[in-house]
Amino acid sequence: MSDASEPVGVVKSRRDAALAALVAGVPYISFLGIRFDRRGDELTAVLPFDAMLIGNPMIPALHGGVTAAFMEVAAIMELAWSSQWAGMEAGVPGDIRLPKTIDFNVDYLRSGLPRDAYARAVVTRSGRRFASVQVQAWQDNRAKPFALASAHFLMPEQAEGTG
Amino acid sequence: MDETTEQQTLRGARQFIAALPHARALAMDVTDLGHGFATVTMPWDARLVGDPATGVLHGGAVSALMDTASGAAVMCHPAAPTSTATLGLRVDYMRPATPGQPITARAVCHHVTRNVAFVRVTATDLDEQRPVAMGTGTFTLDRSTL
Repeated sequence: MSDASEPVGVVKSRRDAALAALVAGVPYISFLGIRFDRRGDELTAVLPFDAMLIGNPMIPALHGGVTAAFMEVAAIMELAWSSQWAGMEAGVPGDIRLPKTIDFNVDYLRSGLPRDAYARAVVTRSGRRFASVQVQAWQDNRAKPFALASAHFLMPEQAEGTG
Repeated sequence: MDETTEQQTLRGARQFIAALPHARALAMDVTDLGHGFATVTMPWDARLVGDPATGVLHGGAVSALMDTASGAAVMCHPAAPTSTATLGLRVDYMRPATPGQPITARAVCHHVTRNVAFVRVTATDLDEQRPVAMGTGTFTLDRSTL
């Protein structure tokens, strides 16, 4: 377990390295250009604006599929991150095994503007097999999300302890 | 006369998709369009993989394809909307898409009201008997005010 005497630089670099490894493992995350800001165990997914993320060039607005994909990435990373946190802090990082999406439901509240977007996911229930996650995505104004999502995931099978 | 209008609607829908930057980024191709339905395919691409251990495409890329096909189906509905945007989209993922195979989304806009279009969409890989994902969507419907 990380103890209070551990230098802050060591703690930060361990956590940042674990997060970077998680993110680097998924090609689609870098294709969309998504990165993650970390504050302790809290993650914020960041989608820097890029012209190729545009759906309708007339408005212009982010592609609805991009918004959905961004939120799904945020949800999967939050689940993977929170489930490997304890092991990482104990110095026994396990294999990176990602949850699988069962269903994903997006509510588009307003059109996504051609600028950076942010998302935070909250694991509302995390069981041995299934997890429920809710995601909020916003741009300029945190209090005015442009999309909400809720989803179910199948959790990766954990190696059984020999207890 | 009617046929001309019909062809204009289809051509407009095809242009609508071709002009979407993100559809181009994913190399989406409209393979079939008709009144209220659209078929759009997307090749497998290593950059779109969600799980490198298996090579399976990320669900988000499949969602983007399904959203695009759904929007196209709305655009070529006989109501001839001038524009559309996704209101809600629900996707069920039944099985992982087979690595290396293109994904095809078939969308049907089965009902429209003055302001809203309702869509069903199915995504398959080369095994068309077992869908990879199915979805339902609601879309805004902008009509010409002329």
